[in-house]
Amino acid sequence: MQTYDLANGSLRELNATLHAQNDTTNQTSWEIVNPRGAHAIACGLDSPIEVAIHGSTGYYSAGMNQQATVNIKGSAGPGVAENMMSGKVVIDGDASQYAGATGNGGLLVIKGNASSRCGISMKGINIVVHGNIGHMSAFMAQSGNLVVCGDAGDALGDSCYEASIFVRGSVKSLGADCEEKEMRPEHMEILRELLLQGECDAKPAEFKRFGSARTLYNFNVDNAY
Amino acid sequence: MLITMTDRGPDSAGIAIYNHVTDKKGKITVQSDAPDTDFNSLESELEKQVKGDVNLRIQSTHAVLELRADQMNSARTILKQLRPNLRVMSTGESLEIYKEVGLPKDVAARFDIKKMSGSHGIGHTRMATESAVTTMGAHPFNTGSDQCLVHNGSLSNHNSLRRKLRRDGVHIQTENDTEVGAAYLTWKMQNGSSLGEALESSLDDLDGFFTFVVGTKDGFGVVRDPIACKPAVMAETDHFVAFGSEYRALVNLPGIEQARVWEPEPATVYFWKH
Repeated sequence: MQTYDLANGSLRELNATLHAQNDTTNQTSWEIVNPRGAHAIACGLDSPIEVAIHGSTGYYSAGMNQQATVNIKGSAGPGVAENMMSGKVVIDGDASQYAGATGNGGLLVIKGNASSRCGISMKGINIVVHGNIGHMSAFMAQSGNLVVCGDAGDALGDSCYEASIFVRGSVKSLGADCEEKEMRPEHMEILRELLLQGECDAKPAEFKRFGSARTLYNFNVDNAY
Repeated sequence: MLITMTDRGPDSAGIAIYNHVTDKKGKITVQSDAPDTDFNSLESELEKQVKGDVNLRIQSTHAVLELRADQMNSARTILKQLRPNLRVMSTGESLEIYKEVGLPKDVAARFDIKKMSGSHGIGHTRMATESAVTTMGAHPFNTGSDQCLVHNGSLSNHNSLRRKLRRDGVHIQTENDTEVGAAYLTWKMQNGSSLGEALESSLDDLDGFFTFVVGTKDGFGVVRDPIACKPAVMAETDHFVAFGSEYRALVNLPGIEQARVWEPEPATVYFWKH
């Protein structure tokens, strides 16, 4: 196990060291201490390593992740796990705005609450939130799954494409062109698997599914101002 | 906290501090580009004209004038004649505002912020987007006696609102958007709103992005616009309530690891009182 103390070393050196790990590295387990809200911690990783960050992080931690597993043992600032391609990011605390934005793949687990715009423009990432999510979540979401065990804020799924949104609690309001959908066995199966991966003991049957009503796919003059 | 936030706002910095309340006394904090000449003999000249005790305390380009609370208004009028170039930073019983252009660490050193103490305070670092980098464009802004405002964001209807407020006789000095926000709150309160009501109506009347923090004599308030793009983080313990644009600003506070750290909801007015 490798330990890196951000109180003594630079962020740039840390990220360069993590980037230097390849598929065959023996140094597969990393502990980062004293993050103290620093930005861009463990960004751009591309090897199957495990990174644990002991404390809360600032903007854009674990962004652009591929293959790696990153565990933030605190809360995460805006843009955590932005544009993830693969791998797994787990946040033990809360996540700020636009967690998992534009993610193409991988799994993001938020054990606390997520703030506004969670999963905005998601393109294939799976996101499991144990708590609540804020307003404008899954805005223009294109594919992937957003699972919310708590409540959703205003304008959920506004202008979304083919992403699936599962909410166990209440939805404050649905965004434009987002509607409740039938929960079929295949959706229950996806949800069951994601809850398992996301270490969440909620029951799939307690959730409702939301998605695109597909009325914005083609131009309609009545939608113009 | 201010120095940590330098990379969010390197061009100016300011602090509003609430301290030193003396019974029936008020304070006017003024700024000068030529403090050596402007502050020289100001105390005695002002004493003569207001016919009362004035205590002058100089801190770099700023000076705090302490005088009888009932003489504050006349003193402001007299100051305009005695030293037309002085700029009034703040008025109140408790509030003092210090702000200047420059890196936050230089501004903090200039005013010796380390040595300041008080019941509460608000600091701000600025990255100018809407108007020039000047002392008057720096935050906090004084919105009324013992009240101040800092802003993260940009108001997009500040030009039309400035024209409207000026037609109503509100004095606005610069092309700065936040000054218009501050003047708007002042104008609302002069027309009978409480600070809370003024903040509520700002959600309807101000267009653009904002996270506002307002200071009051006995506490502070926070409001974010309905979109809430501009960040805000709160930390609460049994001993303090703190606000920051991001967690990084709060990490040196005592007991932060055990604090309840959370984000204020959009379009919601919060207040904390001592």
